[in-house]
Amino acid sequence: MLTPTKSEQRIADELRYIGAPVPRPNALRLLQGRGVYVDDIVLPRMAHVVYWRSPIAHGRITSFDASFATMMPGVIGVFGAEDIADICTPWVGTLAHLPGMKSPPQYPLARGHLCWQGEPVFAVVAETRHQAEDALAYLRIEWDELPVVANMERALDPDSPLIHPELGDNLCLTRTIDNGAVDATFASADVVVEESYRFGRHTGVTMETRSVLADFNAADHTLTVYHSHQAPHMMQDLYSRHLNLPETSVRVICKDVGGSFGIKVHSYPDDFATVALSKLLKRPIKFVADRLESFTSDVHARDHLVKARLAATKDGHILAFEIDDLTGVGPYSVYPRTSGIEGNQVLNITGGPYQHANYRARLRVVFQNKPPMSQYRGVGHPIACAVTEGIVDLAASKLGIDPLAFRKMNVMHDDTYPRTGASGIKLEGLSHDACLARIERLADYDGLRDEQRRLREDGVFRGIGIAAMVELTNPGPAFYGIGGARIAAQDGATVRLDAGGGITVMVSVGEQGQGSETIFAQIAADALSIPIERVRVITGDTSVTPYGGGTWASRGAGIGGEAVLQASNALGMQLIEFASAVHERSSEGLKLFNGQVMDAESGAFLIDLKDLASKAYFRPDTLPRDFQPELSATRHFSQRDYPFVFTNGVHVSYVEVDVDTGMVKLLKHWVVEDCGRVINPMLVDEQIRGAVVQGIGGVLFEECLYDEAGLLRNGSMADYLVPMASEMPDIEIAHVETRTKTSALGAKGAGEAGSAGAPAAVMNAINDALAPFHARVTSQPITPEKILVALGKVTPGRA
Amino acid sequence: MAERQSIRLVVNGKSVTTTVEPRMHLIDFLRDELQIKGARVGCEHGVCGACTVRLNGQMVRGCLVLAVGAANCTVETLEGASDRGDLAALQAAFHARNALQCGFCTAGMLLAAAELIATRPDSSREEIREFMSGNYCRCTGYQAIVDAIEDVLSARSASVAGGQKC
Amino acid sequence: MKAPEFDYVRARSLEEVFALLDEYGDEARILAGGQTLLATMNMRLSEPQILVDIGGLSALKQLSVVGDVLRIGAMVTHAEIEDSTVVREHAPLLSEVAPLVAHRAIRNLGTFGGSIAFADPAAEWPCILVAMKGVVIAQGVEGQRGIPADEFFIDLYTTALRPGEIIVALDLPLKGPKSIYAFDELTRRHGDYAIVGAAITGGVSEEGFLKDARIVFLGTGNKPDRAHAVEQQLETTPLTRATAATFARALDISPGGDLYNSAETKLHLARVTLERLLSKLAQTLEVPEHG
Repeated sequence: MLTPTKSEQRIADELRYIGAPVPRPNALRLLQGRGVYVDDIVLPRMAHVVYWRSPIAHGRITSFDASFATMMPGVIGVFGAEDIADICTPWVGTLAHLPGMKSPPQYPLARGHLCWQGEPVFAVVAETRHQAEDALAYLRIEWDELPVVANMERALDPDSPLIHPELGDNLCLTRTIDNGAVDATFASADVVVEESYRFGRHTGVTMETRSVLADFNAADHTLTVYHSHQAPHMMQDLYSRHLNLPETSVRVICKDVGGSFGIKVHSYPDDFATVALSKLLKRPIKFVADRLESFTSDVHARDHLVKARLAATKDGHILAFEIDDLTGVGPYSVYPRTSGIEGNQVLNITGGPYQHANYRARLRVVFQNKPPMSQYRGVGHPIACAVTEGIVDLAASKLGIDPLAFRKMNVMHDDTYPRTGASGIKLEGLSHDACLARIERLADYDGLRDEQRRLREDGVFRGIGIAAMVELTNPGPAFYGIGGARIAAQDGATVRLDAGGGITVMVSVGEQGQGSETIFAQIAADALSIPIERVRVITGDTSVTPYGGGTWASRGAGIGGEAVLQASNALGMQLIEFASAVHERSSEGLKLFNGQVMDAESGAFLIDLKDLASKAYFRPDTLPRDFQPELSATRHFSQRDYPFVFTNGVHVSYVEVDVDTGMVKLLKHWVVEDCGRVINPMLVDEQIRGAVVQGIGGVLFEECLYDEAGLLRNGSMADYLVPMASEMPDIEIAHVETRTKTSALGAKGAGEAGSAGAPAAVMNAINDALAPFHARVTSQPITPEKILVALGKVTPGRA
Repeated sequence: MAERQSIRLVVNGKSVTTTVEPRMHLIDFLRDELQIKGARVGCEHGVCGACTVRLNGQMVRGCLVLAVGAANCTVETLEGASDRGDLAALQAAFHARNALQCGFCTAGMLLAAAELIATRPDSSREEIREFMSGNYCRCTGYQAIVDAIEDVLSARSASVAGGQKC
Repeated sequence: MKAPEFDYVRARSLEEVFALLDEYGDEARILAGGQTLLATMNMRLSEPQILVDIGGLSALKQLSVVGDVLRIGAMVTHAEIEDSTVVREHAPLLSEVAPLVAHRAIRNLGTFGGSIAFADPAAEWPCILVAMKGVVIAQGVEGQRGIPADEFFIDLYTTALRPGEIIVALDLPLKGPKSIYAFDELTRRHGDYAIVGAAITGGVSEEGFLKDARIVFLGTGNKPDRAHAVEQQLETTPLTRATAATFARALDISPGGDLYNSAETKLHLARVTLERLLSKLAQTLEVPEHG
């Protein structure tokens, strides 16, 4: 059987679907309310678990009495750490390639040491959720409070309370980069600008809260977990190892997932506890987080304070960047992806678009008594981009150079790749020049500047903010594998011709609404030249699909898609071989077209794929004796040419600031994105828009507000402000396509670019609007009050 | 202990007679008692709109209605409205415009959009955004949803202008 | 977030309501639209023993002109007010404000009376009721009484309703030929509780100036805040576009801060809101046909 080499991999002769705005077939059931999310699944004897969560940020349980609670109607049991200690082992959220990282062992249920408000401690299992919540109120629990670490800027003070005394301090990870001659450069530079940027801790707020339904079969010791999750194989591995079950005994199924954004790529202590309870109680146990507990138990992100400097020549060439990033995570590093990756990426990505040889960066990740923090859409990029683009704007302003012109001068130019950035990132091929030129036209930059000038005379203050960005996608094992994590950096696809003539594609990358299943169908349909209606895609089941990594770091199209392409190509060749054997002619002149095999030259029809399948499955007696047709092909793909395949893009935000109220109106937003080959422009564009709106959430609205006792003050949908339709601008998108040569498909990732660049663009736009007042805001979310303080209209110093 | 109360109501065109605890809200009733899953739970405090259903023809937050409070009322979920063809134009427009991703907000979006189209057919783009601002979506940028609604509104006014029946 | 257990009665008469309130006292809550009460109960912030549903009392649904007032039954919904031609004709300030109350799905069930009884100082209706000199018609076993809006709101979530009394209707003076009003509120997102908001009502004097002004703020204190000093200043100093800014400086309310805004920010925003409203009214007074 011939397998095409990488250079022989081809897309297809004719692209009917790839590149086209194909509507999603799996959207039909969602449009009728007939999707199946975890909470929709009901199993016999299913019980519900509710967690008693620590009401305080730091303390120790001193007494616990469940006797009343256990007597409540419907209650099956009340459980603590000791009850599942023999069932589920603890974990440590560190990775070997983050040297020096430390974190203590964490258990599914806290063993008396309460470390954050929201930490799960006791489990109440009952016939219904109502009954479990009723019983919760009757738990008799007492605790002592311990001093709280709630201010990351003081977490490393010598007299700071220690969350884990055995670790010696509250430092989780530190890392430095020092490339070039930073001190000398800053000392001799014509222009040095300096600024600090603050980013408010916030969280994902997925529409569907975290949900897991664990079903342990006591007879054959198999575990089936229905999970609202992005990485089923990772969870299969974790449940297998921590519950000491053979991996083949664990099946993780992800059906419809109501939004994830990275929040659902992690493991959670309450997930492990739920699974352990299913094993203990020998029945299905369902855990669905309610909204209030989501705010205190979902992974948080983006709690950073970054000090930045930039050195430049007087004619506007950037020479150096320097940053110091302090980030306050939770009391445990999240498992298994750690709480260090976000900060690590801030270091790697800052300065990304720009030519410079000198870069120094320091990262300190400190523990706090707040919910654990880890990857959330963009993972460090929103921060790195805002810091970079903020300080670049400041430099441009100091030099009196237009911010667009400044960027055009300083970005790495399109004909200078491959190259390595000052932080060490390896760049295959980017298109900053092309994107800047494109957005200048798309947004009518000169027109915006004219309008801004005119309106200023009338006392109307509009601002234009630009953000150039790079973004890592299609990661290889550099991300996790080399650190010892069992997180697959490769993915696989099985493509099969079924007896009825349809194609089934099983892929290890799943779908949470972004359209993965649709693009896989597009790729397979084009590669096999078959109408897309005959293609069915199956994802999200570890018993069915090949082994793979799932959805994260914008890898679905680039890695999953490539596996589908290669598997489809392989199947195509096998089908041609089969047809040639059946018709006793050379495979040379045969091709697949529109669901049939035909003569490539004459166009003569040979056989329909349906009939070919029937022969193989039902009439092998009619085939040549020594020929066994194989009607399925599995191929795996991992991207091994670069640690990551970088994409680039640029945002422009146009805002109007009411300088009397501090209110910001988002007038319009533009994005030019280069994600390589665009497989489905409609899906990619709405992904970008959704990510832009999430980024807007971070820059204007969203923050988890904590008091000094480490208690969340705005943990409801009424008080935590997420973007809603009325305040969002129209977002216009265009693409430049620099295809990656690391795959035949040439597709890079696009899922996170919107959230990477939007905060920077909006912050820069606000500061551009405030420029006549010599006022700047650098703390996100940028609330009206912060603008009024910058304008000197109210005094700072509120809690 | 609170006694279960007997209620009778019509759900998606079918008459239902049963007993419920007073505290059970309409969404839990639909989902857990009647197994109608298209009514979803997002926040249980009336803010996100995932639980939108129709009560006596008007859209409401199902999490802020008691099942006992819906006695003798007509309730319609997304499935019911969809099955009787009430949302066909909107569903087609949402599909064509990719106005949904994960689908969790979609019931609320469609029912709200339908109420807008029925009661405010002359809405401008800004008015569409305002009316839809009671429904949270985390996946799309809202823009495709607004576009889809505009498509339906302009198709309607075109057919009215053309003298055809809506 | 499942509500705790409670009993439930759908009242068939006002007498039944009063009897239940008498029997259960503090353990009973009136269920009107439920848009506030049920949310607090889902969050287990409130655990009454019994809910008394007044949704079946048709007497509470009236919406009509009665003599020289517009009588709005307690169970009239925000949506019904929003859509009502009677309201648009006789109390257009309500028509202007109704679309700002939360979102349509909430307005379809939430009630005017429920909002007044809950007395959230960040809500629109209590502020409007005070601005319009409305009267709360309360009823208990002793009978009905009218409580002027100025006397009704006492403190945060605290009203002049006595135990055993419920609101049955709200009376609003009909718009007169010389009535003038303006309303504005500042929100981060459409439909949110406002950061600050203000309503101004009054009449137009013979000389064409604002008189009998009421300026009421929402979102600034524990109850609707009257800007008395500014009201008084308006009695002696004519309001014109040129003088609008000077009145804002005389603002005498003392707002508290909230989660996102310090007290100082709130006061600043209140002043800005007031100045803008007064400017708008001054323009209206100058060109009456554009009112």
